[in-house]
Amino acid sequence: MEHIVIIGNGISGVTTARHIRKLSDKRITIISAETDYFFSRTALMYAYMGHMKFEHTQPYENWFWKKNRIELVNDFVEKVDHQTKKLKLRNGTDINYDSLVLATGSKPNKFGWPGQDLDGVQGLYSKQDLDKIELNAPDNKVCKRAVIVGGGLIGIELAEMLRSRDIPVTFLVRESSFWNGVLPSGESEMINEHILEHHIDLRLETNLAEIIPDENGWVKAVTTDKGDTIECNVVGLTAGVSPNVAFLKESGIELGRGIKVNRYLETNIKDIYAIGDCAEQHEPIGNRRPIEAVWYTGRMMGETLAQTLCGNRIEYKPGHWFNSAKFLDIEYQTYGWVFSDNGKKEYESHFHWRHPKEKICITVAYHAESNQFLGINTFGIRMRHEVFDRWLTENQSVSYVMEYLKDANFDPEFYTQYETDIIKKFNTEMGTTITPKKKSWKRIFATT
Amino acid sequence: MIGLAIFTTIIFTGRFKVTSAIVQEVVIEKNIKSEIFINALNTEVVDIQYNGIGSLSSVVTNALENANAQHRKDKEYKKVIYVGSHDMVSLIGKKSGNGFIAQNKGLMWFLTFGLGIIGALMFIIPNVVLLGAKGIKNDGIYHENATNRGWIAWLVFIFLVGFYLVLYFYAEYAVNWTYLVDPISEALSGNLAGHWFVYGFMYCTVMTVMAVRMYIKYRHNMYQMVRTTSVLFFQIVFAFLIPEIMVRLQMPYYDFKNAFPLDYDFFFQWNLKSLINSGGIGMFILIWGIVLTLIVVPVMVYFFGKRWYCSWVCGCGGLAETLGDPYRQHSSKSLLSWKVERWIVHLVLVFAVTMTLMTLYSFFTDSGTILGIKTQSVQNTYSLLIGAIFAGVIGTGFYPIFGNRVWCRFGCPLAAYLGFVQRFKSRFRITTNGGQCISCGNCSTYCEQGIDVRAYAQKGENIVRSSCVGCGVCSAVCPRGVLKLENGPLEGRINPTQVLLGNDVDLMELVNKK
Repeated sequence: MEHIVIIGNGISGVTTARHIRKLSDKRITIISAETDYFFSRTALMYAYMGHMKFEHTQPYENWFWKKNRIELVNDFVEKVDHQTKKLKLRNGTDINYDSLVLATGSKPNKFGWPGQDLDGVQGLYSKQDLDKIELNAPDNKVCKRAVIVGGGLIGIELAEMLRSRDIPVTFLVRESSFWNGVLPSGESEMINEHILEHHIDLRLETNLAEIIPDENGWVKAVTTDKGDTIECNVVGLTAGVSPNVAFLKESGIELGRGIKVNRYLETNIKDIYAIGDCAEQHEPIGNRRPIEAVWYTGRMMGETLAQTLCGNRIEYKPGHWFNSAKFLDIEYQTYGWVFSDNGKKEYESHFHWRHPKEKICITVAYHAESNQFLGINTFGIRMRHEVFDRWLTENQSVSYVMEYLKDANFDPEFYTQYETDIIKKFNTEMGTTITPKKKSWKRIFATT
Repeated sequence: MIGLAIFTTIIFTGRFKVTSAIVQEVVIEKNIKSEIFINALNTEVVDIQYNGIGSLSSVVTNALENANAQHRKDKEYKKVIYVGSHDMVSLIGKKSGNGFIAQNKGLMWFLTFGLGIIGALMFIIPNVVLLGAKGIKNDGIYHENATNRGWIAWLVFIFLVGFYLVLYFYAEYAVNWTYLVDPISEALSGNLAGHWFVYGFMYCTVMTVMAVRMYIKYRHNMYQMVRTTSVLFFQIVFAFLIPEIMVRLQMPYYDFKNAFPLDYDFFFQWNLKSLINSGGIGMFILIWGIVLTLIVVPVMVYFFGKRWYCSWVCGCGGLAETLGDPYRQHSSKSLLSWKVERWIVHLVLVFAVTMTLMTLYSFFTDSGTILGIKTQSVQNTYSLLIGAIFAGVIGTGFYPIFGNRVWCRFGCPLAAYLGFVQRFKSRFRITTNGGQCISCGNCSTYCEQGIDVRAYAQKGENIVRSSCVGCGVCSAVCPRGVLKLENGPLEGRINPTQVLLGNDVDLMELVNKK
């Protein structure tokens, strides 16, 4: 029987395994040195914050794997020998494969900062990082202050985690405003305000210079490029992630920053594939980055690759871009492409609406000439994925989107709705006279 | 805490002095023909000062048992007293209390209920500030003793179980509690309070206080605010005030929202007789009760899902959603418990329906047995096992350990009935928002009904489950805006999906259309 070995039990690897099992009887083995069972990486923060226990982050009960004949191996792959189709494990045994799927994910970036490997310095990516932060920062007596370096999604999550235990947090952000390489300025500013609301010491345009140890090799303070010294007991390095591919250096598999793959997720070597965070497309797909370290794209690659492995070779052809996150109390969703002020395309125009009091806002991107709707960012308002996906496929105009915006609202029942306010502002700015249409189930389910 | 402590200790205190006048009253009221019992009471009980209900209880119980044994021996069956010893003691105790509590009802009310309410609110209200900005605040739930099955949770468990045991099986120990609420009961129904009145009043008080907690915790979430208000309104007005006022107006005691088969004794002989004998209003209640179960309930479930009842109207649900909210995360999500749930809850439904059919058969044919089984003993078994032990002692007592919906999930026959309608013919569903789920597990963790919400959401499937009571908390705790409770067209309500939205359109078509 054909043996498919998957390295990595994250969302990409596990999705692949599940779909192979749906489609075939092939032997499947998943190898991971991180945990015995699949867990949701995005939920690690909730375990530290006490919303859940770690086992709640595991989407499948432990019997699931045996029942579906997915073999789990808890070990670290040290070497891939593609000539003999063999993997060398740390415990000394070898595993033979017929097809190999690399789904090894990422590791936190370190940029050669002095002191970056001291005790008390850590990222927040793996189960091991969760265990570490529990030890390093159990409360605000052991950890009197933490400094977080890097203003992205993991950084703000780590800040939220530490604040849930009343640990003072200083947040060093390289940019002039939080995540403004991705978010348009109005949104980025709103998040700045929200960060301060949570009593996080946000320091914009500030870089880490050095991490200073105490006599035991534990972090004692950091210095910034502004010349400040900040005393702290924990440093969180959250300046992005990069593919976890070091063990493949001598393998003959072509590497860039990640594992180079074509549109079929095939590497340069036959029967070896790469998916998820660790895969790097030769050519970016549309507006996407060549390496997409996102939950959803990992899952999509897994769904796709399973088809290929089961005899239906198909391209990885992701649909319209979407993503989501939560910044402290503010939920964020995006559909289509809305670029930041710096990254904006020359044809891209924005319409921005923000609630006068609450932390709620949206930004709609549209084509300056054709008025075609390009994408939307929403903060504090939930939107219907299906509806926006359809509008993007149909190349609807921005005024159409405004007119039918109520169809897309996904907030819970009885919530205040803001479409009327949004459209009022839109009309004033654009000189249009759009009146919002009432929500219609017929339209919502039109093609789904 | 102090209020609660006083409330608990007064079970055992209080002074009781039975006079011959009281004995006389009881004798007349209960139509007691046993001279042995009366004599025993007159010689052993009358004019003796008892401290604590316990000592009085044993004397009266003894007298009762001796008298009945004697009568049975002498075959004087007409003289046998069928009033249970617990009820007898409660009755005599209630009339004879003359201690501090009975004489200072107002003060004692304040020292128990009053202090309890103030204490709880002092604990709850600062959260307006302490919880910080609006939003989901579940920080520390699994670190705190009380909400993570620590010793506080076990104490609460013991207290609740004890409370229900007193209520259902040792009512005489609740006599002192009844004094506390006598003034309120008299104002409402004109009668002195019994232990069920204490329960009703306490139920409303606890729900109100814990509803304040809900309002603060979910103040960003209008669905929770509206729902909490609704469930509180129906408890206080429909379950508590209206029935009491009806009694004052010489009408039968009836909770208009309590639908059969949750209201399992609705078709019991005594109830049917009492309704039929109460003239117009009785007939109205009888017809309403039948219409409620056969028409109103399923039609409403068709339009809104069973949530309209279970988490908007029902009293059991109301307590679960207020007092029980801190424990919602403890309901088991395993596949095994789902299997167990389906067996038990449907068996209870079968039990309830069978019992009712037997009851009606007996009622119309005037025969006490069917196929040699006594209807009465089936009713008694149901009342004891399901009505008292399952719904009360286990259903609420186990909140801190097994979550807040043990009864609603595993035991309630009405929920099972509503569940059928919800599963097979209803506009209600929890919509999953395309491909946005990140499998974090907050929804499953906080589902009080033990539904593994994530299992559906991560596949892009809507959640259509008979047990869902539509509390809306999965949607509230979701960090990515994936879940929405809504009523929509039946078509596409159940939408099995393999490949999620956002991926290749052709692939989705290929796999999902299979």
